[in-house]
This record gives sequence, C-alpha cells and structure tokens, in this order.
Amino acid sequence: MHRFANPAQFNRLADAVMPWAMVATVLLFGAGLYYALAGSPPDYQQGESVRVMYVHVPAAWMGMFVYVVMAVASFAALAWRHPLALLAGKAAAPIGATFTALALITGALWGKPMWGTYWVWDGRLTSVLVQFFLYLGYMALWKSMEDEEKAGNAASILALVGLVNIPIIKFSVDWWSTLHQPASVMRLDGPTIDGAMLVPLFLMAAAYQVYFTVVFIWRMKFEINNRKLSVMRSVDMGH
Amino acid sequence: MAEFLDMGKHAVFIWTAYGFSAAALVVLALRSRASQKASEEQVAAARARRKGDN
Amino acid sequence: MAGLKTRKQQRILVLSAAIATLFGAVLLVLFALGGDSLSLFLQPLDVKNKQVEAGQHFRLGGLVEAGSFSRDDDGLTYRFTVTDCAATLPVQFKGLLPDLFREGQGVVTEGALNADGVFVATTVLAKHDENYNPPGTLPKSADQCTHPDAVSRMGR
Repeated sequence: MHRFANPAQFNRLADAVMPWAMVATVLLFGAGLYYALAGSPPDYQQGESVRVMYVHVPAAWMGMFVYVVMAVASFAALAWRHPLALLAGKAAAPIGATFTALALITGALWGKPMWGTYWVWDGRLTSVLVQFFLYLGYMALWKSMEDEEKAGNAASILALVGLVNIPIIKFSVDWWSTLHQPASVMRLDGPTIDGAMLVPLFLMAAAYQVYFTVVFIWRMKFEINNRKLSVMRSVDMGH
Repeated sequence: MAEFLDMGKHAVFIWTAYGFSAAALVVLALRSRASQKASEEQVAAARARRKGDN
Repeated sequence: MAGLKTRKQQRILVLSAAIATLFGAVLLVLFALGGDSLSLFLQPLDVKNKQVEAGQHFRLGGLVEAGSFSRDDDGLTYRFTVTDCAATLPVQFKGLLPDLFREGQGVVTEGALNADGVFVATTVLAKHDENYNPPGTLPKSADQCTHPDAVSRMGR
C-alpha cells in the first residue's frame, strides 16, 4: 500500500503504463467503433438503434467503476492519511462525472425513439442521476473550502456516503418495477445479448477502460504537480 | 460506406449519441493533457527560480 | 509506534463500521418504508389486489397480451390487454404508439380506470426487455408467460 504513497514511484509506474495505454486506447476505439457501427447486425426489435447501446452501456459501467475507484481512494485517504489517495479521488471525479453524464444523455437519445420518452423517474434512471449529482457534490466540496485538507476530508466522506448508491443502481431494476430493462450481461444465467453484439460491446467497454487509465494518469500528474507547487509556495513564504 | 452511414429512420438519435460521446471524451482528454503539461512547466519554472535564488 | 498503529487501526474500524451502518440504514429505509412506492408502475394483479378506484391516476405496466391488439373504426383508438400472467386488464389508448410497442412485449401506460373497468391511457411507453438479437433469430425467452419480465414480478 505504502509503495504507492510516493509520487516518484507513482510517476515511474505511470510512465511505464502510459504508452501501452495510449496505443490500446487507439486500437480498441478503432476496432470497437468498426464493430459498433458496421460490423454487427441490427437488433430484431430495435433495428439500428441498438448501436446506441455500444456507447451507452460502457459509459454507464465506467460511471459506476470510477465511482468505486473514487470511494476506495477516499477510504484510503481517510483511514491512512494517504496524500496520493486523496489526489486519486480528486483526479477521478471529473472523468466519472463525464461518463455518468454520457450514460444519461445517450440513454435519453435511445429512450425517445424506443420507449417513447427521453426520461422517466424510475429507479434506475433516478439512481444514476443521483450518482451524477454525487460527483458534482464531491467536486464542489473540494472547491468550497480554503483549507485543502478540510475540503478533501469533506469530499471523501461524501464519496463514501454515496457508495450506497452503487448497489441501488445495480439492483434497482430487480427490486422495483422500472421502465429501464433488466440486466443483460451481468446476470446469473449468462448474457441475453447475441454474441455478434457482445463483440462491439466488450471492445467499446475495454476502450473506455483504457481511455480512463490514460486520462486518469494525466489528471493525477496534474494534481501531484499542483501539490508540489503549493508546497514550494508555502516554503517560500516561510522565508 | 453508404450502407455504413445508413442508420435507418432513427439515424439522428444514433449519430447524436455518438457525437456527444466523442465530443465529451475528446474534450476531457485534451483539457486533462493540456493542464498536466502546463503544470509540468510550472513546476520546472519554480524549480529554476529557486536555484537562481540560492 | 505501537500506539500509532492502534490509532490507525481504530480509525479504519470506525470508518468501516460507519459505512456498514449507513448501508444497512439506507437499504432498510428503501425496503421497509419505500417498498412498492418506489416502483414505477402497478401490474394487473396489483391493481386487483389494491382495488384501485375508477378515476384514480396511476401507471399500469405489463405485457401486451398476444392477439389482444386492435384498432377502432376511427383509426385513432387502440385497444389491447395488459397481462402479468396472473391477471389481465383491458386498455384503451388514443395517440401515438412508440416504436417498440408489440404484442408479447412490455408496456408502461399512464392513465386511470373508467367506470367499466377499462384502463384509459393518456401515454403508452414501450418497455424493452433484456434480449438483444439479430433479425430472424429468437431470443432466449420467446414465450410470453415465460418472459422473465413477467415472471420475475409474479412472486412479489
């Protein structure tokens, strides 16, 4: 755990991962988009509109994944007083917020022609909107206080409180009646999506994952540099 | 290629969904990259300044 | 050093306990207090059990019963039956049906029962199921009353 507490060590690991992650992002998006737009069949009910799923579902998955990353980082920050963990949460939040917003927007754009409405206040859509607001709240708390440490503590506590929303999002479609369809991939009896459609879905999901790695490393380096600068400034002031 | 672009009667919704996704991801990546680079330069400049002071 | 370690462990313990308590509390509230009111719609059996009165506005969801769909002579009014495979309810609707509206598939309608016990819908939304297939193939659950969307709700 404490091996990663060292920014120099993080930078070394990040620099080793970065070129691979960038190449993987380009390749996976290339292959993913080809299969999503051309190399896969239309759906027997939805027709071509099924293709929205290939940008909607990965965005929704990543919105939840990044939230868990942010919550784990927040836990480490609060429990171990781990400065790098605190910055990891701060670096992840805007990426997670973007994924969540994209899940909501692409979902609405699928819903209008398929369901007949952009939006409905069912358990799934509402809990994902709550997740988006949790991200915004986390980022707002960081900016709300002069004292970086206090701001980081408040934001981390919010991230941990909001973690309870993750199982609610996942199981909302089982616990309550919703307009949103039930799970298609992560279900006990196996996926109910045809293999030809799982190819673009998984390629796009992998592309989103490596994209996150790349952008997360950039944002982490930015946060580490900012921290360095503020330390240098406070030392200089002390002169 | 024509077939590739033909998304049926709901094409507007499909392309808008892809357009939003691409725009948001590209903007987020470029902005993150730019601010990382700028911060890298700031740290280098601050270090150079300190060396000059001493 | 030993004291530092225990303080750290204590912080982790308190933090974990707080998170566990919060999870328990929120889930308890959702199930004990929220329960069915967090559901988007009632199904035909719920409507029977609750004896919903005529004129009361609510959402009705279920599957469009196979062979029940028809259009009135005015060309604008649609009639179909919504079923949850335990009970059925006739629905009438004047308006535009969404793309995915089909017999054997899910719908969520909004409206109220009239004096004759017919649900007069003001909106009809199509509910997609979890199956994604190329044209010409059959999904895992093709038969209406083994449709997971219907059966999964039957036990409730």
